[in-house]
Amino acid sequence: MAAPVRPTEQAGTASRSGREPGRWSGLAARLRPRATFARHAALALLALVVVVLVLELTGPFRNSQFATMSYYAVAAAGLTVLTGLNGQISLGHGALMAVGAYTTGLLLPADVPLLLVLVIAAGVTALVGVLVGAAAARLKGPYLAGATLAFAVALPGLAIHFDEALGGEQGLPVPSPRPPDWFADAVYFLSANETSSAKYLAYVGWLVAIVAFLLLANLTASRIGRIWKAVRDDEVAAELAGVRLSRVRVLAFAVSAACAGLAGGVLGVVVRLAAPTGFTIVLSISLLTAVVVGGLGSLLGAVLGSALLVFLPPAVTDLGASAGLTDVQAAQLAPFVYGAVLILVILLAPGGVVGTVRARWHARTTAPAGAPEERTGRS
Amino acid sequence: MSPPATTAALRVTGLTAGYGPVTALDGVDVTAGPGRITAVLGANGAGKTTLLRTVSGLVPARSGSVHAGDVDLTGAAPERIARAGIAHVPEGRGVVTELTVEENLRLGALLGKARGRTDTAIDDVYAMFPPLAERRRRDAHTLSGGERQMLVIGRALACGPDVLLLDEPSLGLAPRVVSQIFELLRERVEGSRLAVLLVEQNARSALSVADLGVVLNLGRVVASAPAAELAADDALRHAYLGF
Amino acid sequence: MLQFVNTLLTGLGQGAVYAAFALALVLIWRATRVVNFAQGAMAAFTTYLALLVVESTGSWWVGLLTALAAGLVLGAGVERVVVRRVGPHNELGAVIVTLGLFVALQALAAILFGAQFRSFPAPAGLEGFALGSVTIALTPSMLITVGAVAVVLLGLVALFRFTDVGLRMRASAFDGEVARLLGVPVGRMLTLGWALAALVGSLAGVLIAGGSLVWPAYMDTVIVNGFVAAVLGGLDSPGGAVVGGLAMGVILALVTGYVGSDLVPLAALAVLVAVLLVRPQGLFARTAARRV
Repeated sequence: MAAPVRPTEQAGTASRSGREPGRWSGLAARLRPRATFARHAALALLALVVVVLVLELTGPFRNSQFATMSYYAVAAAGLTVLTGLNGQISLGHGALMAVGAYTTGLLLPADVPLLLVLVIAAGVTALVGVLVGAAAARLKGPYLAGATLAFAVALPGLAIHFDEALGGEQGLPVPSPRPPDWFADAVYFLSANETSSAKYLAYVGWLVAIVAFLLLANLTASRIGRIWKAVRDDEVAAELAGVRLSRVRVLAFAVSAACAGLAGGVLGVVVRLAAPTGFTIVLSISLLTAVVVGGLGSLLGAVLGSALLVFLPPAVTDLGASAGLTDVQAAQLAPFVYGAVLILVILLAPGGVVGTVRARWHARTTAPAGAPEERTGRS
Repeated sequence: MSPPATTAALRVTGLTAGYGPVTALDGVDVTAGPGRITAVLGANGAGKTTLLRTVSGLVPARSGSVHAGDVDLTGAAPERIARAGIAHVPEGRGVVTELTVEENLRLGALLGKARGRTDTAIDDVYAMFPPLAERRRRDAHTLSGGERQMLVIGRALACGPDVLLLDEPSLGLAPRVVSQIFELLRERVEGSRLAVLLVEQNARSALSVADLGVVLNLGRVVASAPAAELAADDALRHAYLGF
Repeated sequence: MLQFVNTLLTGLGQGAVYAAFALALVLIWRATRVVNFAQGAMAAFTTYLALLVVESTGSWWVGLLTALAAGLVLGAGVERVVVRRVGPHNELGAVIVTLGLFVALQALAAILFGAQFRSFPAPAGLEGFALGSVTIALTPSMLITVGAVAVVLLGLVALFRFTDVGLRMRASAFDGEVARLLGVPVGRMLTLGWALAALVGSLAGVLIAGGSLVWPAYMDTVIVNGFVAAVLGGLDSPGGAVVGGLAMGVILALVTGYVGSDLVPLAALAVLVAVLLVRPQGLFARTAARRV
């Protein structure tokens, strides 16, 4: 784990000013993380097993759906960290994915290895994220939403303007990497299956996703994550405790953008194209839908939400087609449902799937302890 | 419920209200009669402001009832209670600072009984508080504290109410301004049908203008008597009124 | 020189529409502290209705009236059914809900009216007036556009300044609690505010479409430009929204004329970032944020 140098100092000053509770939480922090990190590693291994099982037991069509889900999950995870944990909304994540996809499309033909390309895509997008985050650090709520919306609308214009390098309206073709021999051999050894291109990409996507989730889970459980939550819950108190708000916000934006860039890179190789039409506002809002439906701030919720983005459109499109809609009309049912679901979740179950289940669970297990008061107080 | 001997303009019976787990009002009985000023006194947190906010519908009552004359207003929405003739001047003035002085007054005069003769109602306020007439076109945020207090009281009176709920009108004002405002209030109430429920931290000056006094402590009524009697009760004064 | 003048004229014509759109955003922001990101999709929806009417009746004006009426109904409905239920002090929830409306309405428009480009007739001629031997970029259509915006603006000013309903609406927006204590039915005033804002937004939608193409997402850039215009003027200031809208129209016309139309959204972003960094309360905000 890259050690969180600066923010650790900030957390130190934060807890020092809090005297007694500070000492206590310092102790708790020392005891907890190691156990947490071990738990995360175990979960990652478990996830790996599940991924292998699922990909080997399903056909090429499902494989490619899972490949799609992998990059949605990574992008949604980045967004849920930003919005759920740090309280910043972003409608620019679709555009940040575009940065990752175009970077990949530019580097892959130059024979840079795929994994390195993805890392660079994440890095470049993180840099863009720092720029956006720096501009956005002082903004809140609707102002931030509007600014990132403007960003999302503006960025594709660059691809069209610099059409010689970036392919203009047609987009930039991204070569699809072939599975290396050792990989195909390993898969054959494990399951006696041939490795299709779709399967290879799904593996790449999910390996990337597992690593990204492991890093994010550890990050959010660390001091940085706690500082993010402190800033979200009460920025004045956090600032008084010595937290430098703008720096914290920019860092959250950079981490979140890195995830979007990584996801965009995977998207590029899966879709084999980086084109302006692939990164509309609807993509950004779809990601927001995934995150809100899954449960803001929850990594598990991001996975659930990304499953929604992959498996819901074909389902409602089929439904629409069987109800007599034309293909074009049926294709619009998915965004319609996203929008409707987004509204319904906020109005009826603002905690999303994970938040609602968790609240029910808590209500059942801790009902006599007086915990429900807090919930009634909020509602 | 036994009917009251005389029709009070405002009759509050067994009122209980609070915020979350906190009970701020616990079975309070208060009446305000026409042509009278009734002072509601007590320390910080005694429930005075909650009493007014519950009467005007901003805080939901948990039990008890609120009547204006014969009309049951328990549980009604604030705008309906206002239209029933109860004017509430909230703590901290309640001037709409983005509007001009005249617009603030017009907003009051548009309500219920003054309808159709808004200009007369506004002119009455200007006659009562001449400083407002000079500033009628100004934005209300340019007014001084005393002028703002005149504005909100004038606006409430422009509604032509039967009951006026005044929350801490003396807050942050110079003593001279306070006694000036209280004197004007006294003149306005004398011989009229208006009933005033005056919440005050500043018990001494409130009792000097009021006819009756009600003392709250921790959400309950601990004393209810003519103002002069309360002012003369040394033990009560020391225990609850701080003078 | 002529090109510069023509660019300015085109910009002012576009700016009038941005001004209307920004004004719609400001009306809602003042009343409910919500930036209505669904404004564009709502306007696109009512513009499609207008198109149906124009195609069947042949009258541009009847189409416009249809859009305005539909805007009133849609705005009131959205406030009643959706926005009101979000509750106060839920900034993030309000933003997300309007975004949900945005996507849902846009998709619904595509389902009902088709996703293809359709041309919307212009209210009048699109030929520039001739001044002696030169033709300037001022067209009869543009005059109607600017005139319609001006009429609606003056109507709103009159409503808010000189009528009792307008006074009640302003009081509800500025201080809901005090307004309720003065007997104002605040909920109804907020519904009315949303309805009026949606009417103004619908006007902008039809005016932008006039003599041009519509498709379900044709308002997407207008949302951004209108939002930037509103922030430029200060989200609380209707007058600022108008000036901001005109300014945005001119700036973007200059970028289109001298740099390239692909970069117009980028220019809008640049203006927004510059305003937010230098003067986040906008150029015309009278008082600092009222609520902390």
